[in-house]
Amino acid sequence: MSATSEAVLLTVADSCLLLSHRLSEWMSNAPTMEEDIALGNIALDLLGQARGLLHVLGDEDELAYFRDPQEFRNALICELPNGDFAFTTLRLFLVSAWLESVWPALVTSSVASDVRGVAEKAVKENAYHLRHASSWVIRLGDGTEESHRRMADALDALWPYRGEIAAHDWYDRVEPVLATATLTVPDRQAWTQRSSGDGWHTEHLGCLLAEMQSLARAHPGAKW
Amino acid sequence: MPQPDGDRRDGWPLWEVFLRSRNGLHHQHVGSVHAVDVEMAIENARDVYTRRGEAISIWVVPSASIVASDPADKDELFEPALSKIYRHPTFYEVPDGVSNI
Repeated sequence: MSATSEAVLLTVADSCLLLSHRLSEWMSNAPTMEEDIALGNIALDLLGQARGLLHVLGDEDELAYFRDPQEFRNALICELPNGDFAFTTLRLFLVSAWLESVWPALVTSSVASDVRGVAEKAVKENAYHLRHASSWVIRLGDGTEESHRRMADALDALWPYRGEIAAHDWYDRVEPVLATATLTVPDRQAWTQRSSGDGWHTEHLGCLLAEMQSLARAHPGAKW
Repeated sequence: MPQPDGDRRDGWPLWEVFLRSRNGLHHQHVGSVHAVDVEMAIENARDVYTRRGEAISIWVVPSASIVASDPADKDELFEPALSKIYRHPTFYEVPDGVSNI
């Protein structure tokens, strides 16, 4: 496997891992019981995808629990705190719209068969994540005055984090949903955050990892 | 339209969920979900009731559309059947190869 493709896989794996953790923070706090289970299902799908790729790249526990923030290569958008439900669902939508291109590409590109297996499963899972998140973006954007304001605020906050996940087809996928949600579609050329490819992160990743990694670091090698 | 019992959350309607586990079987009632419209009802039913591969098809029906028998009528509706044991298919052998009974 080339160094480039390993870097791509690590970015996808870390992004799925951290987004999974963020969604898991909603457990028992989602607006409805049904949505609580829905977010939990999606978090578990993402965790499975992350594990599948980390397993290809090395020891999955070592990679997930014993790397420091600067060693993570996730898209920055995945490490941001959940904010409100509008922020959470819009972030899930924007990331799922990216993975909608990533997984099919991993299926068709000539990578290891175990990667292809993860990707083939993930294509179907992600299609549902994208559908579920899209429906919430439209519901809240085209909802009440308050829900529209919250979704518009979330879009303002998240748009600068699209740099690592946005390509031409991403905009083509995202913009019609934003328009249907009666949101003002932001400029493609607007400023965006720098890549985490060189180990730069937001201040939030350290706090996330402190929680996510604490148990494994307190009891290294522990078994269930 | 009368609202079903348990309707809450500022009027999110209740939906009854029916699943078909495989071809050849009929849909069976499994429970209910709250949702604002049909799309959300299908998604919520999928997320709540099909996590372990229970279904290949989902029906959702507004609970308000269900017409139920009156519990007070149970004697006249159901009691007469109890004494008619000859209606039970226990007086003949089911041939081998007949499934789903």
